Amino acid sequence: MATQHARSAARAMIAPAVFLLLVWMLIPLCMTLYFSVHDYRPLRGTFECCEGLDNYIRFVSSGAFQDSVLTTIMMVGGILVITVGGGILLALLLDQAIWGRDIVRILVIAPFFVMPTVSALVWKNMFMNPVNGLFAHLWQFFGLQPVEWLTQLPLFSIIMIVSWQWLPFATLILLTAMQSLNSEQLEAAEMDGAGAVNRFGYIILPHLARAITVVILIQTIFLLSIFAEIFVTTGGAFDTRTLTYLVYQRVIESQNIGLGSAGGILAVILANIIAIGLMRIVGKNLDK
Amino acid sequence: MARAVSTRRKVTLTAVAWTIGLLIFFPILWTILTSFKPEAQAIADPPIFFSFDWTLENYAVVQERSDYMRYLWNSVFLSIGSTVLGLMIAVPAAWSMAFVPTKRTKDVLLWMLSTKMLPAVGVLYPIRLILIETGLLDTRGALIFILMMINLPIIIWMLYTYFKEIPREILEAARMDGASLRSEILYVLTPMALPGIASTALLNVILAWNEAFWTLTLTTVDAAPLTAFIASYSSPEGLFYAKLSAASTMAIAPILILGWFSQKQLVRGLTFGAVK
Repeated sequence: MATQHARSAARAMIAPAVFLLLVWMLIPLCMTLYFSVHDYRPLRGTFECCEGLDNYIRFVSSGAFQDSVLTTIMMVGGILVITVGGGILLALLLDQAIWGRDIVRILVIAPFFVMPTVSALVWKNMFMNPVNGLFAHLWQFFGLQPVEWLTQLPLFSIIMIVSWQWLPFATLILLTAMQSLNSEQLEAAEMDGAGAVNRFGYIILPHLARAITVVILIQTIFLLSIFAEIFVTTGGAFDTRTLTYLVYQRVIESQNIGLGSAGGILAVILANIIAIGLMRIVGKNLDK
Repeated sequence: MARAVSTRRKVTLTAVAWTIGLLIFFPILWTILTSFKPEAQAIADPPIFFSFDWTLENYAVVQERSDYMRYLWNSVFLSIGSTVLGLMIAVPAAWSMAFVPTKRTKDVLLWMLSTKMLPAVGVLYPIRLILIETGLLDTRGALIFILMMINLPIIIWMLYTYFKEIPREILEAARMDGASLRSEILYVLTPMALPGIASTALLNVILAWNEAFWTLTLTTVDAAPLTAFIASYSSPEGLFYAKLSAASTMAIAPILILGWFSQKQLVRGLTFGAVK
């Protein structure tokens, strides 16, 4: 009897959240879907129905789309390699007995809390500026020609900036996972004569496997929608236009809503393919 | 003998760790230092580390010239407002899923998570259009709602993992003693759940404070928070490094401090309980 009462109360309690998320997800998405089959350019006053898949075909077959997919893959891939690789090394280091470990950890984690527009602008001006940036001073000190980071190596520069922001995240999660490793197991392996490389390869890395997968998936979802860092550094110029940024430009800057919406739907589909992987892992974890 | 080796090892590792830690932290340190420099010394070559003419002038200029307080107030308003609103919706939902689970609870949780994966850019135009049509573009109310919605899945998940850890026996004991649902929630559950709710709120404030897609694309003047304020420095005029640094320091300082308190919660919140 009490359970019956509790159940209906529970249903009422969850209803607002479900309703809001449903509305939040469905209405805009349906609108995007609707616009994506129209020739909709408000600046020219055109709103013509039923282009079918024309917008999709036009969007996919444009050189800008292909470039943007390539840029997105290189950007996300580059950041993942740096942050996961660096994160494993840093987590290994911070897991050791060192003096002032808590302070070092605080220093390492700090960049994650810096808002994206701040980190992009600070890096762009105070470090990567070819005249007054610290890197330019450093290069000149060694008698080298200063690099024009954001015009000569724009993609690399953005990868560095975003990696700086996300390295703390990877480190923190991998460190948390590493600390749950049974140290007796490692000691036993050491006693049996396993070297550092073997201990890493056969004990630590397998133990970290799931955490690494989680880091990769979550970062990918966040990194696919990198926006502020591109917005304030290159504005999408010099081959730094990702799929997200391309859609933003089509929709907001050139006000080609039909075409941009088709691109938006494609971005949603791509993100969902990755999301399914993450959901599987999280879902498995729920059963425990 | 083993001890001597491990001490030397410890010294080496400590040196390496501190060097890397300081290198990673350096951009933030440099920004804070630069914010206290006169403009001419901010771009000096070779760079000056500590022996410059310390000044607070940049902070005064930024404050005066750009109405900094309004952006700050917007940031505070948006992050705290969206957090409070989010908790009001998420606490009951997470409570019911943690304590009265049904067959569908797992699917509901995963579905909620999936809404977080929706790329913002896919729904940018409709949301903008709705806001324009309703006259809500560039209002704080609309942004509070949007920030609340994008973080709602994370809040529910985090609360769910915390609530799950509360032993159910205690609740059953309270029920046996004749506690009503209301007093059960109020006197038994709430005190035990408060630490979890507090850390969820903390993480959400941080996420909302730093959110930079919706705040950049949906605000112009009235509702613009610090993210937009800083972005307005992207087309500089003349010497501005020290002022940019002062503005940046003011924008990140509160969250940097909050963030250091929430390291542990961060892992739980952002991995949806997959790593603890």
